[in-house]
Amino acid sequence: MAYDYDKSIRPGKLPHIWCPGCGHGIVMKGLIRAMDTCGLDRKNTAIVSGIGCASRLPGYLDACTLHTAHGRAAAFATGVKMAKPEMTVICCGGDGDGTAIGGNHFIHACRRNIDMTYVIMNNFIYGMTGGQFSPCTPTGAKASTTPYGNPDPVFDISKLAIGAGATFVARTTAAHPREIDKLITMGIKHKGMAIIEVLDDCPTTYGRRNKFRSVVDMMKHLKANAVPAVAASKMTAEQLAGKFLTGVLFQEERPEYTAQYAEVIKKAQGA
Amino acid sequence: MSSARLEVIERYCKGCSICVEFCPKNVLEMDVFLVKVARPEDCIKCMQCELLCPDFAIKVHDA
Repeated sequence: MAYDYDKSIRPGKLPHIWCPGCGHGIVMKGLIRAMDTCGLDRKNTAIVSGIGCASRLPGYLDACTLHTAHGRAAAFATGVKMAKPEMTVICCGGDGDGTAIGGNHFIHACRRNIDMTYVIMNNFIYGMTGGQFSPCTPTGAKASTTPYGNPDPVFDISKLAIGAGATFVARTTAAHPREIDKLITMGIKHKGMAIIEVLDDCPTTYGRRNKFRSVVDMMKHLKANAVPAVAASKMTAEQLAGKFLTGVLFQEERPEYTAQYAEVIKKAQGA
Repeated sequence: MSSARLEVIERYCKGCSICVEFCPKNVLEMDVFLVKVARPEDCIKCMQCELLCPDFAIKVHDA
């Protein structure tokens, strides 16, 4: 009955370092379930991350894991996939790591449509470094570096990924655990770049500055404001104000990069 | 329905109270900083607590 997560976790690594109520643990569980559903061989699976709270995730998992430079998860993952196209490559990271510091790597990995799954945990802030605002911090929200409210407009990670050329884009929240593993499973099975944006809660650096009295308030906020993309088509713009769409947002088939590159190798070798 | 046995791994639990709030049957309670299984006989095995626990600290077993 109880799910056996222990077989996928490196012995002695739990309890993890994340704060009480941090959604990253929920995402990690979802990722483990998705990897089991896809029947991935841990010797043939690379999980790559950059720096940050979310990027601690691969350290706990028993697979081929790579903890790299800040924002460079997509770059290292591209390298792994190019060298060993038979490997399943999964990227993990936060919103600051993926879209600010690693923004360029992120969009170019999307553009190439290289076969990997990027699980991007959007907790609306830089958690580990002390709660500075990130490109995903909502306008008007408070962070340690925006004590009067954040004046910047927000990056919509999913729209950014669609615009940059990713061929599978989905969004869910930490309050929807079953959807997390369903979407990651679809992402892993998809041939091409799959972006799974998981809206997450950061009670320590975001919640307490933004009038969320507890972790539960944040989780309820995520749950209450998630609208399935299918239902949203029947809703008006007023009804959708302040909500976020969840589910599969975009999917298409396009030639995958490592397959295209294999053709280049063939040509260059004169075959 | 067969009853459930809930296991709380106290070494992992950080007392975030997500499981207590999201349990539809009010099975769990906070015991200062840790979760306590108060009414295991009411459990309907919906698995919400296990799925939503970020700390791998709660498991729902068949009794």
